[in-house]
Amino acid sequence: MMRFLLLFSRQGKLRLQKWFTPMSEREKKKIIRDMTTMVLARQPRSCNFLHWKDLKVIYKRYASLYFCLAIENQENELIALEVIHRYVELLDKYFGNVCELDIIFNFEKAYFILDEFLIGGEIQETSKQMVNRSIEASDMLQETMEEYMSKPAF
Amino acid sequence: MPAPIRLRELIRTIRTARTQAEEREMIQKECAAIRSSFREEDNTYRCRNVAKLLYMHMLGYPAHFGQLECLKLIASQKFTDKRIGYLGAMLLLDERQDVHLLMTNCIKNDLNHSTQYVQGLALCTLGCMGSSEMCRDLAGEVEKLLKTSNSYLRKKAALCAVHVIRKVPELMEMFLPATKNLLSEKNHGVLHTSVVLLTEMCERSPDMLAHFRKLVPQLVRILKNLIMSGYSPEHDVSGISDPFLQVRILRLLRILGKSDDDSSEAMNDILAQVATNTETSKNVGNAILYETVLTIMDIKSESGLRVLAINILGRFLLNNDKNIRYVALTSLLKTVQTDHNAVQRHRSTIVDCLKDLDVSIKRRAMELSFALVNGNNIRGMMKELLYFLDSCDPEFKADCASGVFLAAEKYAPSKRWHIDTIMRVLTTAGSYVRDDSVPNLIQLITNSVEMHAYTVQRLYKALLDDISQQPLVQVASWCIGEYGDLLVSGQCEEEEPIQVTEDEVLDVLEGLLVSNLSAAVTRGYSLTAIMKLSTRFSGVNRIKKVVSIYGSSIDVELQQRAVEYNALFKKYDHMRPALLERMPIMEKSASNGPTEIVQTNGETEPSVVDSKHPPPVSQPANQANDLLDLLGGNDVVPVIQTTVPTKPASAGGELLDLLGDLSLSGVPTPAPSVATSQPSFLLDGLSSQPLFNDIAAAAIPPMTAYNKNGLKIDFTFERANPNPNVAVITIHASNSTEADMTDFVFQAAVPKTFQLQLLSPSSNVVPALNQGTVTQVIRVLNPQKQQLRMRIKLTYTLKGSPVQDLAEVNNFPPQSWQ
Repeated sequence: MMRFLLLFSRQGKLRLQKWFTPMSEREKKKIIRDMTTMVLARQPRSCNFLHWKDLKVIYKRYASLYFCLAIENQENELIALEVIHRYVELLDKYFGNVCELDIIFNFEKAYFILDEFLIGGEIQETSKQMVNRSIEASDMLQETMEEYMSKPAF
Repeated sequence: MPAPIRLRELIRTIRTARTQAEEREMIQKECAAIRSSFREEDNTYRCRNVAKLLYMHMLGYPAHFGQLECLKLIASQKFTDKRIGYLGAMLLLDERQDVHLLMTNCIKNDLNHSTQYVQGLALCTLGCMGSSEMCRDLAGEVEKLLKTSNSYLRKKAALCAVHVIRKVPELMEMFLPATKNLLSEKNHGVLHTSVVLLTEMCERSPDMLAHFRKLVPQLVRILKNLIMSGYSPEHDVSGISDPFLQVRILRLLRILGKSDDDSSEAMNDILAQVATNTETSKNVGNAILYETVLTIMDIKSESGLRVLAINILGRFLLNNDKNIRYVALTSLLKTVQTDHNAVQRHRSTIVDCLKDLDVSIKRRAMELSFALVNGNNIRGMMKELLYFLDSCDPEFKADCASGVFLAAEKYAPSKRWHIDTIMRVLTTAGSYVRDDSVPNLIQLITNSVEMHAYTVQRLYKALLDDISQQPLVQVASWCIGEYGDLLVSGQCEEEEPIQVTEDEVLDVLEGLLVSNLSAAVTRGYSLTAIMKLSTRFSGVNRIKKVVSIYGSSIDVELQQRAVEYNALFKKYDHMRPALLERMPIMEKSASNGPTEIVQTNGETEPSVVDSKHPPPVSQPANQANDLLDLLGGNDVVPVIQTTVPTKPASAGGELLDLLGDLSLSGVPTPAPSVATSQPSFLLDGLSSQPLFNDIAAAAIPPMTAYNKNGLKIDFTFERANPNPNVAVITIHASNSTEADMTDFVFQAAVPKTFQLQLLSPSSNVVPALNQGTVTQVIRVLNPQKQQLRMRIKLTYTLKGSPVQDLAEVNNFPPQSWQ
């Protein structure tokens, strides 16, 4: 299973954090610090895999964002790269040419999309269209509510 | 109170902050506003406030006061509220907070909600962060949803079930009925999550594994469809249909086929098909190939398939993509034990990877290279590895050096090559070499008798170049101390002998003593080396001077040594030549095991060491270490430690009683209690003969004292100098059975006129199949020159059962007690 997924900028600012196992705030903060330090220190043309404690860390840079996914030792690293890529594609389809700012200002939507793609550290849907359809339908539910209330929810 | 600002507004504002302090101030202000809003129990804006709180939480600020608000949002009827509420719960609440259990009821209600998206939210939250208690409470609901025909919910329920099983493994059984027709679904989402669920169950329970083996044909069929089917826009990734599902199925097949011939056979075809048909130009294809290779290696596949798998890995090694090369090296490392020959074929590619720029790849390549070294390729491989050692990053050097030493020890084609290799490592990576290799190297050098002159010459030249690398310096000074005479006599056969004078050698060694680069241990080595040269060089005065100077050194270690060496010059000069004599060859019985000292000529180290002890020893442990250095670090620890034999003496006491019970029928021998000097043996006439000369002590033949049930004990003898009444017996215990003898204890008793001192054994495990011996020293004082007799008691554990035996040793050669 996947253990955690982090998105952070080139300056090390966290943009998204998804944890698939329970951890204390202090542990989470430490892991974030460790990951950002390790990944940002990597040479530009190194391979995308790292070892950290008993986990494999797969990272990939898309424009100004680093996507950092930690998987257990028996998992397939190459398919983990595809998982990251799939998530980026989903974001891209939803936001239309997604960039870091989209994720900053719409972080809750990034989470919603992630929750339609992964649950409990495993993939729940392998079809891009299905995920997008679910998100759109959920958004519709929310919008109907907003229309009813005639003001934006948040 | 005005409406709280909107989320996007807040984000925009915070991003305008120019300093950390400014940001903190803004956040504190907003937090205060949010807190008061929470206090007012405002339903309308709760959602907005929690969303803002989540943003601030991501920036690293505390947000715990929002936890209860999340619960209220979850309980709300509005979808928007629920969405943010559940998100907040997943981010702020986890099983460590007590409040999280309050969610259980809400989730239960939402699992039964009319809107599938609400149900989805509940399933997702439960599947991500449900605690064991929550899982226990809600497992039934999840199981119900696992059987629904709504594929949107079914896939989420499957992953939720996986989480429940991970948290509460006992509940696994209850999901079994629902798995019945999971695989007949058409929906890929459900298929994928079902395979994950089945995998989890099979990994956790051998019964489940056996039960699900029957699914192999179905899984093979699904996989086949994925490969053979045409383009499917919904699941296509670079021309491959649903790679995620393919990989998961391959993994489940791996688990199902692992130790099962039938299942493995059923999958052979499809694995071969996947391996040959998958497109390898993109990462996706390689991901599938990688999983296929892992599966082939793990199940009981036919050899053709295994070779195919290794060849795929070999091709991976040549791929431009770094990730693929890395993954190939990792997999090859796993398979090198089982399919050694197949991996050997790719050796040159692997060795090329040592020159890769990527650090992770270099490390893997190094590990794999060491695994591939064998007697045939040692020369070529070592050349590459030494080149690697020269140029690699410091983080690799220690491991690489250790690896080189190990490989050289196992497969060295010649002694000269071995010494050269060691020299190369010491000179290029000398400071990274591990501490324990210094004694090992010294032992190796000692044992290569014919290479002594060559070795000391090379080490000397290396010292002239560089004295900063401590392991190199330590080995070099030990060798110079030991073989300095060969150095100055210029008798090197292997290469051009250099002209060195005694003074030059002493210059170098003294230089080490004063240099700031030398560690304390190194100084100790060089002082001892200088001392040893006093018996090998002609000019002793200079050495005497050095030794006396260091008698007042502020370094306590050096001072102690110097003082003792000084004493050696002054009071015990007659002992000096014997003490500082050339080391005997040390035989290594096992590669890190206890060493056995085989007596070549003259004294054995134990007796030498004991007689050196009369001067008061303030720190016995330190002294032991000193002498360990003197002895080249071999494990003669036991001898030095025992100055007071404890148990053996009392054991002797017990056995002496038994000795009294000995039925001495037939042979008229004196009763042990008779303290006469009239032994009735025929040899009593010889008792007044001149004492056996200690130099010819080697002439006492060894004897076998005991040989039964695979345990053989030999005795070798030497006379202790200066006390001719003391016979020093070394027992050598060897074991010819197939299992090790552990907890081996040797005890001995002698008649009352004798005195026995039993020193500590080298070890209490006698290795099987004569792979090594346990040695122990017995000192017998025999002032009345009576015939030596001994009762021995042996206890050991063989294959788990204790064995005990008593025996009498009567066949001592006459020279041993006369």
